Amino acid sequence: MSDDPAVDVRGLNHWFGTGDARKQAMFDIDLRLPRGSFTVLMGPSGSGKTTLLTLIGCLRSVQEGSARLLNQELHGAGAEELSHLRQRLGFIFQAHNLHESLTAQQNVVMGVQVSGGIPDDVAQQAAAHALGLVGLSDRINYLPANLSGGQKQRVAVARALVGNPALVLADEPTAALDKDSAADVVDLLKRMGAARGTTTLLVTHDNRILDRADRILTLEDGRIVSVSGQC
Amino acid sequence: MTRLLQRLFGRLPIGWLQLTHKRGRFAAALAGVAFANVLVFVQLGLMNSMGAATLKPYEFFQADIMISAGDANALSEGGNVARQWMLQALADPDVADGMGLFVSNVLWDRGGTSISFTSFGIDPAHAGFVAPGLTDDQDLLQVPGAVILDRLARGLPPEEAAAIRPQTPLRFEAQGRTLTAMATFAGGGGFGGDGFMLMSDQTFLSLFPARTSAAPDHILLRLRPGSDVAATVTRLRGLISDQSLRIRSFADAAQEDLRYQQTQRPTGVIFGFGVLIGVLVGIVIVYQVLSADVADHLREYATFKAMGYGSRFFLGIVLEEALVLGLFGFVPGVLIGTGILMLMGAVTTLPLTMTPGMAVTVFLGTVVFSALSGAIATRRLAAADPADLF
Repeated sequence: MSDDPAVDVRGLNHWFGTGDARKQAMFDIDLRLPRGSFTVLMGPSGSGKTTLLTLIGCLRSVQEGSARLLNQELHGAGAEELSHLRQRLGFIFQAHNLHESLTAQQNVVMGVQVSGGIPDDVAQQAAAHALGLVGLSDRINYLPANLSGGQKQRVAVARALVGNPALVLADEPTAALDKDSAADVVDLLKRMGAARGTTTLLVTHDNRILDRADRILTLEDGRIVSVSGQC
Repeated sequence: MTRLLQRLFGRLPIGWLQLTHKRGRFAAALAGVAFANVLVFVQLGLMNSMGAATLKPYEFFQADIMISAGDANALSEGGNVARQWMLQALADPDVADGMGLFVSNVLWDRGGTSISFTSFGIDPAHAGFVAPGLTDDQDLLQVPGAVILDRLARGLPPEEAAAIRPQTPLRFEAQGRTLTAMATFAGGGGFGGDGFMLMSDQTFLSLFPARTSAAPDHILLRLRPGSDVAATVTRLRGLISDQSLRIRSFADAAQEDLRYQQTQRPTGVIFGFGVLIGVLVGIVIVYQVLSADVADHLREYATFKAMGYGSRFFLGIVLEEALVLGLFGFVPGVLIGTGILMLMGAVTTLPLTMTPGMAVTVFLGTVVFSALSGAIATRRLAAADPADLF
């Protein structure tokens, strides 16, 4: 079972709009992400990177084709099912999207408690530990407003990874960061992913990151035009 | 506080943290909720004061049954009742005593201002009809022209009222006659007059020559101890041949008067509408506060939604906020509301008070409507598509 890929997409098509304005955005996508792999998805703006990411991330309904995530078919899955599946994913957004009223530790706790049934003190400890792993053990009680951009994105990484998700989806996590912070964050993602056996799919057009990827997929106009690296 | 709430909910008190994060906005939200509370308190206070003022004169007397004319909806309204029906009623074995009650407003012209006293003419020989504790001086009423004055009457200087004693009576002129206030009692202003006055039926008749002792406004009856009031009322209805008369227990008469004031008289209807409008405006304010808060945090909620949090989680946050706002807005609301009612009460001498019932009703109403508003506002979350976050 664990040899099955974390993500297995076959013949995926997707459209936006309805009627005459209906426009196809994804064409016949075939994509497999082996468990534990670190994949970078590249492509120019408007090529459909984000659409593909949100389809895999259970944030949009699959319209045509098959997409299996952690051995569950997404095509035809209900909203409740998708929401439940999302609890097993880790999301990192372009903007850090931390809750500004919550401290770093409390933000990470939200990543722990999404699965429910975890005692508060356990969640607090897990959050503190995760923040230690991203090098922020001295900042756990800071509000996001008092953290730098790189520190905030590291908190976001801790929040995404603290629940030990099977798959981490990151959408341009380095876009707002300077070179050093960007490298920091990607190294963190890669290192923590490898240590936990997490599959990572990272969308970017930041060339500085490419050498860290196992595989690079390039998307153009809704089609995968090249795959490099081992599959 | 955060720790306490964390214990209580078994999760991070996000609603509390969210509300208190921006102090200024939290204060504004609390001010809004407090204002909504004050609004409802004042309107409720006015409406209740009308009820209390209506029931007040009934507390002056001690009777079991009251017989009034068919059109007598209130103590000082309607025609009179022939005294002969009292004699008829006294034939019933359970009726112990009866007294005619005369009611009319007497104007005391003080030169420039005048005080309108709702005046009761009673028979001083039937002392048992005056409620115990109201006054010990009703025997003094046997002196022609003697009255007992309401010391809380609107427009009557307290020091002037305090000086009134049997040894130092206060003489004043009303209806072209000289009256002598020998003592005072605690009444209070109402909507029908500035205060109350007690006098003998003889003094009353001398003030109103057109009235006759054969036809008082109401007849009060007292029953023998242990008698069944309802059964006696039924018997009296058979015994008294004038079917147009209203024969009812004294307590029912008070309640019917109250209902009449609230539903038929303009003041009562206006106060009822006041409460309705107050409640509606209060609901709108509370809804604004809650929905603005949800709108402010839409992006954060969308993030939580993307992480896999469900609608119950968001409902929990909003209910938590409703509780916090309801509780923390209520404290200043009830304090200011009490203050305003006391101030209005002092100026108008109306019985305007904050009752525990009002406080509890308004608090629960605030929490319920906040929660409801929040629940409606969370429906906006359906529009917060987490896919848009990317």
